Amino acid sequence: MIPNDLLYAKTHEWVRIEDNGEATVGITQFAQEQLGDITYVELPSVGDVFSAGDEMGSVESVKAASELYCPVSGEIIAVNEALDDAPEKVNASPYGDGWFVRIKLDDEPDDLLSPEEYAEIAQADH
Amino acid sequence: MPYIPHTPEEVREMLDVIGVSRIDDLFAEIPEALRPKSFNLPAGMTEMAVRAHMERLAAQNAVHMDSFLGAGFYDHYVPSASDALLLRGEFYTAYTPYQPECSQGTLQAIFEYQTAVCRLFEMECSNAGVYDGGTALYEAVMMAVRQTRRKKVVVSEAVSPIYRIVLATYTKNLKLALVTVPHDKGRDDAAALADAIDDQTAAVVVQNPNFFGVVADFTGLFAKAREKKALSIISGYPVLQTALKTPGAMGADICTAEGQSLGLPLSFGGPYLGVMTCRKDLVRQMPGRIAGRTFDAKGRTGYVLTLQAREQHIRRQKATSNICSNQALCALRALINLCLSGNEGLSRQAALSIENAHYAAKRLTALPGVELLNDAPFGNEFAVVFNDNARRVARLLMREGVIPGFPLGRYYPGLENALLVCCTEKHHRKDIDRLVRLVEKVLQ
Amino acid sequence: MSTVFKKSVPGREGVWPEKPRTEPRDFIDENLLRAGQPNLPSLSELDVVRHFTGLSKKNFGVDGEFYPLGSCTMKYNPKFTEEVAALPGFSRLHPMTPQLPGGGEMSSGALEVIYETERLLCEITGMSAFTLHPMAGAHGELTGALMMAAYHADKGNKKTKIICPDSAHGTNPASASIAGFDVVSIASADGIVDPDQLAAALDDEVAGVMLTVPNTLGLFEKHLPRIVDMVHAVDGLLYYDGANLNAILGHLRVGDAGFDVVHLNLHKTFATPHGGGGPGSGPVGVSEKLIPYLPISRVTRDDAGRYKLKYDYPKSIGYVAPFYGNFGVALKAYAYILRLGAEGLTRVSENAVLAANYLRKRLENDLDIPYNRLCMHEFVASACSAQKTCGVRALDIAKALLDRGIHAPTIYFPLIVKEALMVEPTETESKATLDAFVDVMKEIMEQAATDPESLLAAPVNTPVGRLDETHAARAMEITEDL
Repeated sequence: MIPNDLLYAKTHEWVRIEDNGEATVGITQFAQEQLGDITYVELPSVGDVFSAGDEMGSVESVKAASELYCPVSGEIIAVNEALDDAPEKVNASPYGDGWFVRIKLDDEPDDLLSPEEYAEIAQADH
Repeated sequence: MPYIPHTPEEVREMLDVIGVSRIDDLFAEIPEALRPKSFNLPAGMTEMAVRAHMERLAAQNAVHMDSFLGAGFYDHYVPSASDALLLRGEFYTAYTPYQPECSQGTLQAIFEYQTAVCRLFEMECSNAGVYDGGTALYEAVMMAVRQTRRKKVVVSEAVSPIYRIVLATYTKNLKLALVTVPHDKGRDDAAALADAIDDQTAAVVVQNPNFFGVVADFTGLFAKAREKKALSIISGYPVLQTALKTPGAMGADICTAEGQSLGLPLSFGGPYLGVMTCRKDLVRQMPGRIAGRTFDAKGRTGYVLTLQAREQHIRRQKATSNICSNQALCALRALINLCLSGNEGLSRQAALSIENAHYAAKRLTALPGVELLNDAPFGNEFAVVFNDNARRVARLLMREGVIPGFPLGRYYPGLENALLVCCTEKHHRKDIDRLVRLVEKVLQ
Repeated sequence: MSTVFKKSVPGREGVWPEKPRTEPRDFIDENLLRAGQPNLPSLSELDVVRHFTGLSKKNFGVDGEFYPLGSCTMKYNPKFTEEVAALPGFSRLHPMTPQLPGGGEMSSGALEVIYETERLLCEITGMSAFTLHPMAGAHGELTGALMMAAYHADKGNKKTKIICPDSAHGTNPASASIAGFDVVSIASADGIVDPDQLAAALDDEVAGVMLTVPNTLGLFEKHLPRIVDMVHAVDGLLYYDGANLNAILGHLRVGDAGFDVVHLNLHKTFATPHGGGGPGSGPVGVSEKLIPYLPISRVTRDDAGRYKLKYDYPKSIGYVAPFYGNFGVALKAYAYILRLGAEGLTRVSENAVLAANYLRKRLENDLDIPYNRLCMHEFVASACSAQKTCGVRALDIAKALLDRGIHAPTIYFPLIVKEALMVEPTETESKATLDAFVDVMKEIMEQAATDPESLLAAPVNTPVGRLDETHAARAMEITEDL
């Protein structure tokens, strides 16, 4: 399941870019399936600034841990605090309630993948 | 051959199944050039002969003297039941509880241990223990460095010098600034410690009672650290914790301790137990194993190792620590000891130790040429200053069969005349009276 | 079974000392004292004995069950070594005794044990010097990595990287990283280190290479001589992870082979009990050129046979442990080495390798064995076929073994074998036990084919079934109510 209206990073994050220069970021259906039942999400703080490709947090399941990379450059303006108590939202709804952060973009993101390109990567990693 | 059960016939049958003719064929991949140049070990011995040899070596160690040596490692009474339980093979010869269904004994014991030490120190979370008090303190410092992403650590010079040298070894390659704040006649210099905490400080590190036995309340210092968003780390003494204000009550973020006093033999330095506890929101920074409670498909309660994603076998070089053992048996011993003692037993141990130390301090300082290093409150250990070199005094007393304590000059230049004296519930007044008589004699 | 705290009956007397004459507040200001009690349980001695005896019955241990746990060397632990370690002359000895005036004399028996154990380990491994300070295998790795860093710093080398094969124990990269190095992983070929891959990764920034021999697949690194030369050519150091020393005693000395640093696990090869996860002991040995960097203190022996602790080693990495490591564990290993002697230790490895190959051959038609050739003391099987054909995974086989009174092999390690089952029988298990294990494995694989559902439900004969680890991690209930 790879929604058509999103862009993607090689490291399995998705990005929804809005007209006002903000973006929402989460991890893909493929990523949450690979991790299994997610038990903990470590998110950055509002106000943190990242460049595309920076490590900004991590996701843990019982048997695995994975770094979370910031797919775009900008400043964190909101984090999904609901994940503190309910990390299972990432499994249940990776593109909806399971979003991670909202970012004020520095500039136009580049190097992101189209749904088709990401589908190929997910296929190859499988 | 002892402990190897195969008969020659069985060896033959096994070689036949493998399809080789000789044992040596199994080692064929090791090139001739790599074969041992020597393997010049003594011939094997019978169990009886090894025992006799070890008994002879043991007899060369002076363990039957009256001793007032503590300095962080204390001779408290160990109840017999604790040894008897510990030697059960189901505990002794089990592995790390990676298969929880056949390790519920070890896992529930870890859960109970975590609970007991949290209650003792009034902290929220505990791991299953690390190597010893010194490495626990190092791990605590690393937790603070990761959590705050800062590189400066403020340490009181009244923290055990033994812990501080271990800390220095581990952090040497890590670009950390360890700032040591000098003690003031054996007291922590709380004002100087507070002044040393700045916006780059990851943690402030103190010990209670400190190495000199001095008891303090660090609530104010910890509040200052919080203001600067630095963490407060305190190293404690489990047996005295029934009496002393707790790290939790002082607002500590991380509390570590040497668990040896909880029923582990002195055993020339180990194995011991590093107690590690912290505030709940720091638990993911804590290294080592943690047991958690859960249930199976039938709803039965059980215990598992949890939060394993922090550990080396999953995270490899990104793990919180490389630690993969937890001194499990030592933690079990501490737990059993805490259960045999309970509140009352442990409180009595603490009260008797404090009582004996104050009796000894009073009697010793009544002698001419002996005074206390400071007038600070103390627990079961205190420093006295002689009008003479403390190593000389100690040497003379040891000739009479008494180890009077630890001469402080070794770690604290300027304190060559000072001696650190410790008492536990195992000392009797007559032992202390003898110590005092001998000191009096030696100083004359 | 309820926790020990729920069994508490206030007022019940345990093992208490006499009543003190005074209270702490007679000496210490109230504001420095604890408010309230710590809420430890109140129990009689029998309450405590029964609780912990009950808990012990929920455990497997080598004394009761076959424990073919790969990499962990769960061999039998002789009982007499416990009595040796408990001798009051050792157990009551204060660790600061040698720092007292004349203290060397007062602890000469203990210092001799340390000195002799180090000397014996040197002869066993072919290294030039040993330290007993590290308190576990991973601690030994860190000590070794710190010495490698010190060696290079001293020579003015700019070395930043350590190479680990992808089959390495997770502690190797973790230890190297904590010592301040970047870790480079290289892929194996045919189960062992590929010299070409190594060559591609080797450059002047490589401080050293960490190897396990035999490796975690139980295979001998047959390119070892070449690897040693390649690493030394860039002034890199060879690190030997001694987890698998049990396979090569008397047949290969890593010092002779060119290794510069080794750590051993006394709780594996030298039969000290694992204790449910510790205490261990991880002595480290070094070649001549690394001796100056060993941790302090060092035990020395003078011409008159007197033992003394020395601290004056300016190039030492310092203190990795407050004293002399887990002395109580070293005592047991020392007694074990004396008991077995040269021939006994050689037989240990021969029989460990014999047993592993015997099991490998007897199970080769029932399990996938990805590198099915002569192995050393352990071999790695895989449940890949069973997973494909009937949905039964390594985990399910492990749980089915528990149901039949056998501890599971190590599973899902090494990471380079999918559905791995790593079997290490050790030299102390009889052929009858090995045969019984084979029968049980055949029965389980048969069951996997005919009734896979029942395996997915295993274990059913243990005190609890499979536990909900996701709930444990999410709920994080790690203490009884405080």
